Amino acid sequence: MQGGRRSFLKMAGGTALAAGALPGMTSCAQQAVAHGTGKRLAMVVDLQVCSQHGDCTECAKACHLAHNVPSFPKGEGALEPNVKYDEIKWIWKEDFEHAFPTEENHYLPARVTARQLPVLCNHCDNPPCVRVCPTKATFKRESDGIVMMDWHRCIGCRYCVVACPYGSRSFNWWNPRPYIAKINPQFPTRMKGVVEKCTFCEERIARNQKPACVEACPHGAMVFGDLNQEGSDVRMRLTSGFSIRRKPELGTQPEVYYLV
Amino acid sequence: MFEKALVGSRRYWLWILGLCVVIATGGICYLWQLRDGMGITGMSRDVTWGFYIAQFTFLVGVAASAVMVVLPYYLHNYKAFGRMTVLGEFLAVAACSMCLLFVLVDIGTPYRAINMLLHPTPNSILFWDAVVLNGYLLINATITRVSLVAERKGEHPPAWIKPIIYLSIPWAVSIHTVTAFLYCGLGARPFWFTAILAPRFLASAFASGPSFLILLIMVLRKFTRFDPGKEPIGKLAQIVTYGMLINLFFVALELFTAFYSGMPEHMIHFQYLFVGIGEHKELVPWMWASMTLAVVAVLMLLSPKVRGDYKLLTIACVLVFVSIWIDKGMGMVVGGFSPSTLGTITDYLPTVPEVLVSLAIYAVGFLMITVFYKIALSVRDEVA
Amino acid sequence: MYDAGKIVVGLAVLVGVTAFPVWYGLARGTTYRVQLEAPPNGATECVLPVKDGTMRAEHMHMLDQWRNEVVREGVRNKVVVSGREWDKSLTKTCLGCHTNKAAFCDRCHDAAAVKPSCWDCHVVPEGGQ
Repeated sequence: MQGGRRSFLKMAGGTALAAGALPGMTSCAQQAVAHGTGKRLAMVVDLQVCSQHGDCTECAKACHLAHNVPSFPKGEGALEPNVKYDEIKWIWKEDFEHAFPTEENHYLPARVTARQLPVLCNHCDNPPCVRVCPTKATFKRESDGIVMMDWHRCIGCRYCVVACPYGSRSFNWWNPRPYIAKINPQFPTRMKGVVEKCTFCEERIARNQKPACVEACPHGAMVFGDLNQEGSDVRMRLTSGFSIRRKPELGTQPEVYYLV
Repeated sequence: MFEKALVGSRRYWLWILGLCVVIATGGICYLWQLRDGMGITGMSRDVTWGFYIAQFTFLVGVAASAVMVVLPYYLHNYKAFGRMTVLGEFLAVAACSMCLLFVLVDIGTPYRAINMLLHPTPNSILFWDAVVLNGYLLINATITRVSLVAERKGEHPPAWIKPIIYLSIPWAVSIHTVTAFLYCGLGARPFWFTAILAPRFLASAFASGPSFLILLIMVLRKFTRFDPGKEPIGKLAQIVTYGMLINLFFVALELFTAFYSGMPEHMIHFQYLFVGIGEHKELVPWMWASMTLAVVAVLMLLSPKVRGDYKLLTIACVLVFVSIWIDKGMGMVVGGFSPSTLGTITDYLPTVPEVLVSLAIYAVGFLMITVFYKIALSVRDEVA
Repeated sequence: MYDAGKIVVGLAVLVGVTAFPVWYGLARGTTYRVQLEAPPNGATECVLPVKDGTMRAEHMHMLDQWRNEVVREGVRNKVVVSGREWDKSLTKTCLGCHTNKAAFCDRCHDAAAVKPSCWDCHVVPEGGQ
C-alpha cells in the first residue's frame, strides 16, 4: 500500500493544483476591459445641487414609472407582499451614512450628510455580480460598459444580490403586476422569481435619449455621458470638482460619481 | 436490490409512512411557493439567502461523512472501518441529494435551472458547486451500488471501482472548498471575506459528518443486529473530537482578527450575532447556545471514558451536530446579511411554509438513508 | 421469448393508444382548424412570409434571435420588409399590429396547448387581454 499511497497523493496534488488554477485563470481572462475601445457610459451626481432639495424624489419616480417597478404596501406579515421585505427599487434616495458606510469621518459638513442622495446600480467596470452569475443572465456589455440584465435567462438564484456591494439589486419575491400602479406598455414588466436592477436605460440610450432619472431631475443635478469621449459632459464635470465613489476599495471601479 | 427495502417490520413501515406524510406536507408548501412566489418565505431584499441555503451549506459538511471513513480505510489500510465505508457513502449520497434539493427550492424560476447547463459559466462558483456536488453524488452512488452488488455475489468489487474510490477523497475536499468559495470570495460581505472560511468548513464538516454517522450507527445498533464494534466507533469519535477542537480554534482565530484590528465592518457581524445591535437580538440566544453546546461537547469528547461510553457519546454527538447546525447554518449565512452592505439590519425568521419545505427535504434524506441502510444490511444478512 | 403472444398484443395496444391523436387525425382528414384574425389596423404583411407557413413555424426562433441580438448584444438594427423598417421588438412590432391577443396569439397556442411565458413580462396591449 505504501507505494500506492504516495503515488496517489502525488496525483491528487497535481490534479487539485490544475483544477484549482483553471477557474482562476478563466476568470482573470474574463475581467472586463475597462475604458478600452467603445463607449464607457457613466453618471455624475452633483451632491451640492441635489442636497438643496432633500425631499425631491423625481429621479426615482420617473425611473420606476418608466420601467414598471412595483410598489408594495406597508404591512406586518412575512406571508404577504410587504414593502419591508419585498421592496424593489432601481434608484432611490439614501442616507449618506448608508450610501457611504465606510466613510467614517464624523465631522463632515451638514450639507453633505444631512440630506439623502440618489443611489443606483454603479455599472462597475469590474462587477462582482457579473462574476458570480451562473448563467450570464447579468453581463457586461463591452460596447458601452453597461451591466445588463437578461430577464429571459435569470434563474433567480440571487447570487448577484449577495455579491453586489451596493445593494443595487432587487428580487421579485412575488408577481409584481398587481402592484404596478400604472403600467407602461412600451416596457416589459418582470415576473416573479427574477432579479432586476437599473440598466442605465439602455433602451432609451438606443434612441439617443438620456436615462429617465437624468431627464427627470428638475435641478440638473445628474449628468450622463461617455467617459471615453474627450469634452463630454461627464468628463468636464469630473475634472471640475472633487468626486467620490461608493466603496472604491473593493476594486469594483463604479461608474457613478458623486461631486461633493 | 430495492426489493429488500420493501420488506420490513411494522415499526419500519410506520417510520416510512411518517416520512411520507412530512414529505407530502412540505411538497404542498412548495407548490404554494411555486404559485405565489418566494415571498412566502421569510427572506427579504436584504437577507436574500436564508434557511434553505443555510441547510444546503450545513449538509455539504455532513456529506463529508464518507471521506472520513474512506480515507483511513483505503489510504491507510485501517481495516476496522471496513464494514462502515458503505454506510458513510450512503449518508453522503443522501446528504448530497438534500443539498441539491435545497438549492432547487431556493431558485426563483426553477424551470430555468437548466440554463446553468446550457450556458456554463466557469467564472461563477455556483457553476462549479453544481458540478462538484452532482459529481460527488454520482461517484458515491456508483461506489455504493458496485460494492453492494459485489458483496451480495460474495465477490471482490471490480478493479475499475478503485480509482473512483480514490477520486472520491479529493473530491470530498473539493465540495467543501467550493462551497466555501461561494462565500469567501465576495468583497461585498466582510463577514465571509476570510481565507479561513474554507478550513472552517472542512473542520466543521469533519466534526458534523462523522458525528451524524455515529448517531446513525447507534440507531442501527438499537433496531438491527448491526454493530461495527468499539474500535471503529471510537476512532470516529476521535475524529469528531479533533474536528471540533480545530473548528473552535478557527473561531477563536476569527474573533482575534476581527476584534484586535478593531475594524468596524468585521466586528459588527459578530456583534450582531453574539450581542445584538440595538433592538435586533434574535440570533443572540441561538449563537450562545451553539457555543455552549460546542464547548460542552468538546470537554466531554476529550475524555476517552466518555468516547467509550455509548450513552455519553451519543449525547456528545447530538451536541456537536446541533451546535454546528446553528453555527454554520443560521449563524454564518444569516449573520453575513446583517448588517447589509448599506449598514442596515433586517430581521429574518423562517416562515412556517419555509420550515415545512425544509423538513420535507430532510425527510427525503432520511427516507433515502432508511432505504439504503435497509438494503445494505439486508444484503449483509443474506451473505452472512 | 416467453409469453410472446401476450407481449406483442400488449405492445400493439400501447402503441395504438399513445399514437391515437396521430392516426385519429389522419383518419378524419384534418387535425384542427384555427381561425386567426387579421390585425385590426389592416396590415397585410408580416416580418416573415405568412402564406407559406414560415411565420407560423419560425416565429418562436425569430423571437429568440431578436431577443439575443437586442438584449444580449445590444444590436438594434431594423428589420426591413418591403421598404419599411421595423424594430426587433415583440412589444413594438408584433403587438403593435396584433393588438388582440385573444383573437390572435391565443387561438393557436390554446389549440396546441402551448403556454409561452412571454406574457408574464411583455405587456399585452390594452383591450387585448
